[in-house]
Amino acid sequence: MINKVINNVQEALEGVEDGMTFMLGGFGLCGIPENSIAELVRRKVKNLTCISNNAGVDDFGLGLLLHQRQIKKMISSYVGENDEFERQMLSGELEVELIPQGTLAERCRAAGAGIPAFFTPAGYGTEVAEGKETREFDGKMYVLEKAFKPDFAFVKAWKGDTAGNLIFKGTARNFNPMMAMAGKITVAEVEELVPAGELDPNQIHVPGIFVQRIFEGKDYEKRIEQRTVRPKN
Amino acid sequence: MALDKIGIAKRIAQELHDGWYVNLGIGIPTLVANYVPEGMQVEFQSENGILGMGPFPFDGEEDADLINAGKQTVTLLDGASLFDSAMSFAMIRGQHVQLTVLGAMEVAENGDIANWKIPGKMVKGMGGAMDLVASAENIIVAMMHTNKRGESKILKKCSLPLTGVGCVKKIVTNLAVLEVVPEGFKLIERAPGVSVEEIQNATEGTLIVEGEIPEMKID
Repeated sequence: MINKVINNVQEALEGVEDGMTFMLGGFGLCGIPENSIAELVRRKVKNLTCISNNAGVDDFGLGLLLHQRQIKKMISSYVGENDEFERQMLSGELEVELIPQGTLAERCRAAGAGIPAFFTPAGYGTEVAEGKETREFDGKMYVLEKAFKPDFAFVKAWKGDTAGNLIFKGTARNFNPMMAMAGKITVAEVEELVPAGELDPNQIHVPGIFVQRIFEGKDYEKRIEQRTVRPKN
Repeated sequence: MALDKIGIAKRIAQELHDGWYVNLGIGIPTLVANYVPEGMQVEFQSENGILGMGPFPFDGEEDADLINAGKQTVTLLDGASLFDSAMSFAMIRGQHVQLTVLGAMEVAENGDIANWKIPGKMVKGMGGAMDLVASAENIIVAMMHTNKRGESKILKKCSLPLTGVGCVKKIVTNLAVLEVVPEGFKLIERAPGVSVEEIQNATEGTLIVEGEIPEMKID
């Protein structure tokens, strides 16, 4: 068993530098690497390119990095919940590449799976396809999309073991597994870290081979963006 | 009288088929889940990783780790499954999801749709909409027929950046049910009490009216 455990978040982020490209898991605020984001804020690394489905909200998630102007470029599919983001984008301070959500997921997966590019129908005939190769297969048009090349991937899981195996809960899985596959260095933070052998191998979502560093995170806020409920009878 | 959002959702619910997997977009489409015809089995897919999505949780039982694509807290029904985003869009691109219902800012008579960006003003992003419209066999657009200034959103040609080309098949608005055919928008049904003339006046694109147009039947 190869031990992937790192003592704390400070050590887990050793090697992050200005100008790097990061992947950050999560959908909205669900399943985001809260501890790693807090450490990136503390380290004040800047000129970052961040690949993440969303850009957080004004005062949480990636919004914290935006607030400090640490992000040079965002690559996302939907950024509607963040006023500061919209302001920086419309004023031209922040470079933004918006891409279809399925394309985003597949560009992450491809990066980890050794596939340099793939054809998808998403975005054909729209500005997303501008400047990209297109090709017809069986009468339908497709756009060539390339795998990402991130320096670090920051992911968050529910449980993990010392071998780096990960298990997710609910919809907090989202982009985390394929981003874990893609990172040159993948840092996984987990709510509960257990010794190797305690997790059922049948239930592992991400095999430890994709994780270089794992640590147990602290003080998860797990903020809910839209609390929607129905009354009890 | 023109339909409200609930009326539009009720009319779209009549388009569901037994055994279909359905993806509902944010806004009016989400409401469709409340009006599935009795006895019909459909499963709702949420592109952030759920099949078999249930209603909102009871007050106090909400879980930050269980949300829909609109970031709202939801529940799971018996038989539900959870998966990652690559798997989710494999379902969508691979045409395993039978119906997509989504909103739009504009639709055009050639089936083009625009719903993700107003240059210089509003940029929210396409989310999963481009993947959904590029692959779904059945796409129903739920929208208001006109904007707040009374201008038609049912157009000859979209003016906003496109989400997808030639993909919309059916549109349910507050005024009418329309089908996209090679010649333009074919009027299928009128909202209760709304005249063909009113629909004509609210439609910038080519409207095709053949014979008597029935009223929608909404409970």
